[in-house]
Amino acid sequence: MAETIELEIVTPERLVVKDRAESVQIPGRGGYLGILPGHAPLISELAVGEITYKHGSATTRLSVAWGFAEVLPEKITILAETAELAADIDVPRAEAALARAQQRIKEAEDSAAYEEAAAALARAETRLAVAKQQ
Amino acid sequence: MANVLDIRRRIRSVKSTRQITKAMKMVSAAKLRRAQERALAARPYAQMLTNVLKSLYLRADVTDPDTGLAKHPLLESRPERNIVVVVVTGDRGLAGGFNSNLLKAAQRFLDSKSGLNVDIECVGRKGRDYFRRRVPGQSAEEARTSPVRVTGEHLGILKVPQFSTVAPIAEDIIERYSRGEVDAVYVVFNEFKSVIAQRLVVEQVLPVGKLGEHNIEQAVELSLEEREAAGEAAVTSGVSLKPQDTTEVDRHAAGFVDGHVDYIYEQPAAQLFRELLPKYVIAQIYRSMLESVAAEHAARMTAMDSATNNAGELIDSLTLTMNRARQAAITKEIIEIVSGAAAL
Repeated sequence: MAETIELEIVTPERLVVKDRAESVQIPGRGGYLGILPGHAPLISELAVGEITYKHGSATTRLSVAWGFAEVLPEKITILAETAELAADIDVPRAEAALARAQQRIKEAEDSAAYEEAAAALARAETRLAVAKQQ
Repeated sequence: MANVLDIRRRIRSVKSTRQITKAMKMVSAAKLRRAQERALAARPYAQMLTNVLKSLYLRADVTDPDTGLAKHPLLESRPERNIVVVVVTGDRGLAGGFNSNLLKAAQRFLDSKSGLNVDIECVGRKGRDYFRRRVPGQSAEEARTSPVRVTGEHLGILKVPQFSTVAPIAEDIIERYSRGEVDAVYVVFNEFKSVIAQRLVVEQVLPVGKLGEHNIEQAVELSLEEREAAGEAAVTSGVSLKPQDTTEVDRHAAGFVDGHVDYIYEQPAAQLFRELLPKYVIAQIYRSMLESVAAEHAARMTAMDSATNNAGELIDSLTLTMNRARQAAITKEIIEIVSGAAAL
């Protein structure tokens, strides 16, 4: 069996994932990071995006919106504001959120409102993308 | 003397009331257990966040070279002129003194801050009803017409407090603080460690004080009688009296972001600190709501337990009166028969 790394994803509400993985991909603020067991200690902020990890033949995907990751050689801990497993994503709701965000972008009057709407749009798009790859 | 039928009817009615209060007690006990689990589940996130901030706090680039203190708008303390007070009550009544004690504490706190401009954010229907009768409601953007006003009402979010519903409320308050519209933020809520260890507190969440410590401004502990009543209610409904065991969770969280490891920082530490500090404040406000919900269920459980006991006592005394009345009626009848026979 290949070498594995421990992965934990924690949100304010609960512990979402506690698993082992052979490789993990996380959406760093400055771009996606691929992490394998034995990685050097690293701290990074996460952007809106998708966490993917492989364990055996199974690949698990989650969507996250803002988070924070600590990587140690044997362990990755991720603090995320929201983290949803692909199976838990409510597709109709995500679609509704997407439509709402698109509407808001059109109506945004100042740059702050625009940025907020754009962030909401990114979150909705990620969730849909993750859900559809199931 | 009341007639036997009337008393029997009253006993029946008290009995059905007792059924209801008993059921409500059991429901509250179950909800309390769930609320406690949720509070425990929220702990790792808050602890880990605190650890990260603490370790970032020590890094040179976060602190101001002149004062040696970290710079961040949320750490700046200013003389208090405008403050926000978040009052966390319940949405529903029948919880004994839970809401009224809380509102009393809130009112006391407001009185101690008289002379300042206060914006009240109500969480829970009971607090909204209380303040609606006393102070005007206005949105935070409007020009202030009175020193104390209600700027927000948040109802129905406490049924199942979710981070995603609490976060926008907290973000809005943080935003007002960082724009300098308000100089301090306090939360009035019922802190909950266990059924017999609770207190009403006023916690200052902004400016951020010492990380990982609760900045308690005022606190009222439970009285001895309240503790006894709560203890009894908990024992009879199978709720543990001990605070939840958090040592395992805390030990685990303590390992997160160790100050001795030489990390690669993907982003500059100062930027991380800036982004994380508001999350810390949100987590604090979220905690206050989770604990308040647990406390509310505990208070309702206790109130319903004593209501059930009182109903039991009432039934006993009514039964006694009924037996006496019946006996009196029988005695009267015998006397009538006996004296009737004697007359013959």
